[in-house]
Amino acid sequence: MTMLATPHPVSRRPATQRLLLVALLLLAIAAPALIYPVALMKVLCFALFACAFNLLLGYVGLLSFGHAAFFGWASYVTAHAAKVWGWPPELAILLGTAAATGLGVVFGGLAIRRQGIYFAMVTLALAQMLFFVALEASFTHGEDGIQGVPRGMFLGFIDLGQPYVMYYFVLAIFLLGFGLIYRVIHSPFGQVLQAIRENEPRAISLGYRVDQYKLVAFTLSAGLAGLAGSTKALVFQIASLTDVEWQTSGEVVLMTLIGGVGTAFGPVVGAAIWVFIETYLSEFGSWVTVIQGVVFVIVVLTFRRGVVGELSALLRKRGK
Amino acid sequence: MRKSVCAALLASSCLAFGSAEAQVTSVKIGVLNDQSGLYKDLSGPGGVDAVRMAIEDMGGAIGGAKIELVSADHQNKADIGSQIASQWYDQDHVDVIMDVPSSGVALAVAGVAGAKHKIAIFSGPGSSDITGSKCTPTTIHWTYDTYALARGTGSSITKGGGTSWFFITADYAFGQALERDTEKVVLENGGKVAGKVRVPLNTADFSSFLLQAQGSGAKVIGLANAGGDTITSIKQAAEFGITQGGQTLAGMLIFISDINALGLKTAQGLQLTESFYWDQNDETRAWSKRFFERNKYEPTMAQAGLYGAAMHYLKAVKAVNSTDSDKVMAEMRKTPVNDFMTKNGQVREDGKVVRDMYLFQVKKPEESKGPWDYYKLVREIPAAEVTRPLSESECPLVKKG
Amino acid sequence: MATFFGVPYPALFGQLLLGLINGAFYAMLSLGLAVIFGLLNIINFAHGALYMMGAFAAWLLLSQLGIGYWPALVLSPLIIGLFGILLERTLVHRIYKLDPLYGLLLTFGLALIIEGVFRNYYGVSGQSYDAIPDLLRGGVNLGFMFLPLYRGWVIVASLIICFATWYAIERTRLGAYLRAATENPALVQAFGINVPRMITLTYALGVALAALAGVLAAPILHVTPIMGSNIIIVVFAVVVIGGMGSIMGAVVSGFGLGIIEGLTKVFWPEASNTVIFVIMAIVLLIRPAGLFGRA
Repeated sequence: MTMLATPHPVSRRPATQRLLLVALLLLAIAAPALIYPVALMKVLCFALFACAFNLLLGYVGLLSFGHAAFFGWASYVTAHAAKVWGWPPELAILLGTAAATGLGVVFGGLAIRRQGIYFAMVTLALAQMLFFVALEASFTHGEDGIQGVPRGMFLGFIDLGQPYVMYYFVLAIFLLGFGLIYRVIHSPFGQVLQAIRENEPRAISLGYRVDQYKLVAFTLSAGLAGLAGSTKALVFQIASLTDVEWQTSGEVVLMTLIGGVGTAFGPVVGAAIWVFIETYLSEFGSWVTVIQGVVFVIVVLTFRRGVVGELSALLRKRGK
Repeated sequence: MRKSVCAALLASSCLAFGSAEAQVTSVKIGVLNDQSGLYKDLSGPGGVDAVRMAIEDMGGAIGGAKIELVSADHQNKADIGSQIASQWYDQDHVDVIMDVPSSGVALAVAGVAGAKHKIAIFSGPGSSDITGSKCTPTTIHWTYDTYALARGTGSSITKGGGTSWFFITADYAFGQALERDTEKVVLENGGKVAGKVRVPLNTADFSSFLLQAQGSGAKVIGLANAGGDTITSIKQAAEFGITQGGQTLAGMLIFISDINALGLKTAQGLQLTESFYWDQNDETRAWSKRFFERNKYEPTMAQAGLYGAAMHYLKAVKAVNSTDSDKVMAEMRKTPVNDFMTKNGQVREDGKVVRDMYLFQVKKPEESKGPWDYYKLVREIPAAEVTRPLSESECPLVKKG
Repeated sequence: MATFFGVPYPALFGQLLLGLINGAFYAMLSLGLAVIFGLLNIINFAHGALYMMGAFAAWLLLSQLGIGYWPALVLSPLIIGLFGILLERTLVHRIYKLDPLYGLLLTFGLALIIEGVFRNYYGVSGQSYDAIPDLLRGGVNLGFMFLPLYRGWVIVASLIICFATWYAIERTRLGAYLRAATENPALVQAFGINVPRMITLTYALGVALAALAGVLAAPILHVTPIMGSNIIIVVFAVVVIGGMGSIMGAVVSGFGLGIIEGLTKVFWPEASNTVIFVIMAIVLLIRPAGLFGRA
């Protein structure tokens, strides 16, 4: 399982990295003037989802094939809270995230008993069970989903119905989530996670309670995936079965791999590429899936470090 | 000097602003339907072409403004449908969205249309909730609904001796609405419901559900589904000897495209309620001939309805010289609907088009004189019988009492 | 009428028989997956897409060339098997040395591509494959239900195929070579056996089994581009429960889970979809090697 993510040392040039971050931030703030805000918000939600997933795959080395369960479950809970209970957006999102975190503790507790392919299969099985709960439960309305979810008034007075306002709200949430992941990766906790990924027996022999670390990482990953799902429910004002399908679990794997597993920005880039292919090539109908598949196969066969991984490897080579 | 220039500028900009509402600068129709899945044949690309025919018949333009047509595939998913609808209304300047088969998607799109105060005219979907609890001031339900199907096929079969029913229901908005409306009719006519089973949309294998239906001993197996699901259920019912065993199949929503897929041998004797058949009279034959030449198959009621809806809309836009939702809706309500398909139809305040329906029966193979000669008319059902009275309406827009 | 926990016997037997039919498909598909994983250590996510291709090949043979059911049973697996050889030689063999999860990911990408191409040409609405030969038309009244002959044939065919495959791999010399080649390629190569060819053949065998299942399914279900993705996750569950490399495990759990699914439909229909995954989770947590697998 150590093969799946290449170790990615923290950049030795903090100044350039900071510059890059600022540039990206400015771009993100200006973007809605150029691009349809809803498409951008879709990118942000999926980018957060992919970043959360990557925390587990890139830094702990665990491939979860059922992450849509957290994304979708949070989406349904938030949609229900906002629409049926009339909760304000910030509380609805918090509830959704909490629901996903709770689910993460349960699923994680079960799944981390296994490793590698068996871990992936357990997450798949658990996610499928959640799918059928979502299909049958009355509050989710099955195939129709929860429609007409109100975006509401943030803090009671900021109207999220305005597209630009909603965009900055989503951007803020994304930055919060991303910031949290970034801090975790670059913290002592994150170092232990990577140690576990590299050589679990050694980590155990060094005295680390590996299972506890894994569970915390899993729960964190699930909760942040839930945050992405909750936000998505308010952006599109709908929660549906698509959010808990195994195909969605597969998509987040694809996005992360294309962008670059084990890099901080990889999942963001991957999500952006994925959503843009879908949005701007939608007139090609089913060819979109084919294109996505081809890109993915190429990445798996040759550019296993993904866009960001390959780019930074290239830059490092040049730097030498 | 400055002041007068400013005043002139101000005045002219007011005029421009004011007159922008009284002049059509562009008209864009968006046809949103299933172009690749189980509902593809009942509207799909043919439906898009029906709207194109209407645009052509209007001369392609209103005033100086060209009428544009866009279309997209919602894949029967409410999230995809509502995303496309939002983008069309917000970003792409679409003035009206049409068709939207698959009631779950239609209800989502109706929500979007209502929130943005834009017009949507539904031809493909069936749920009577579109003009019931989910009605909006800017949505119209054009071609048929589950209430009419229940009153047409449902009451005919129950009165004809089908006194016990078992429902096989597509488990989403449409199927549930159809089951609910039909159950009401069955009970009103002295029948009873022996059982129900909910089936996911797009099920490939109905065998276990059909077996349950068989086991229930009900006289009638009500298929509260449509399109590919109906075709599969009927085919597999034949495979499992259900009809030979004496039970009647009631296809609650059947389009001529379904009969074409099933073939007369399997479909003969089925009763169905529709608002249009290509071979009803000279007018329907003439229009259908045009459609057939372009598409190579006879139109379904959803496709014919799309033509009628598009014509009605475009004529209204022309009459009020604007695409403003309120003005166009008022004009569409004011004007009776008269075309080859609809005689003296009326767009009601809840958005329902009040129209006559027809009860057909599928011919036996030996009764058919050629391809697409599938139906014989059993009776014409007057509008009052198949339209939910306003007094029973759950639509909040309807003033009662 | 006698009942079993409140369910009349005819209804019970009827659903069990239908469950057995479903189980026949699960068994055949998980057999192919087990062969590929057991011998090559690749989780072939493209299995569902290849099953779909098998069904489409049969449909195309009929609609374009007028070739009927019986020849299609042989031709379709051959054609798709050849396609499998092509896939293996060009793409799949590149990831043998990597973590098995890369195999999963690569084949997932392949599945997307294959399904997308077919979706583009055929939509998802499904084509009708009405080529049931006269010998298998009609049905027989078993008293508790009317069993269409074709569905009975599916059970028989599946049992034959599963047994034949098991026998070929476990009891013949070729099977022994295959097993040896994948366990210790260097040694076997030293004996003069062409190991890469053995490996390619193994993959092709698994693919052909999937395609054969597709031909058998074509007259019953719609031939549609998404028929693979509808079933692949369930087949994964079956393989895991049976034991990921075990052929016997795949067959037994395939039929067994079909029956369990049928039984669940009688008592608690809504749960019938979930029960396989619940069992899968339990097996993974208690005995990850599966019922018949070696740890």
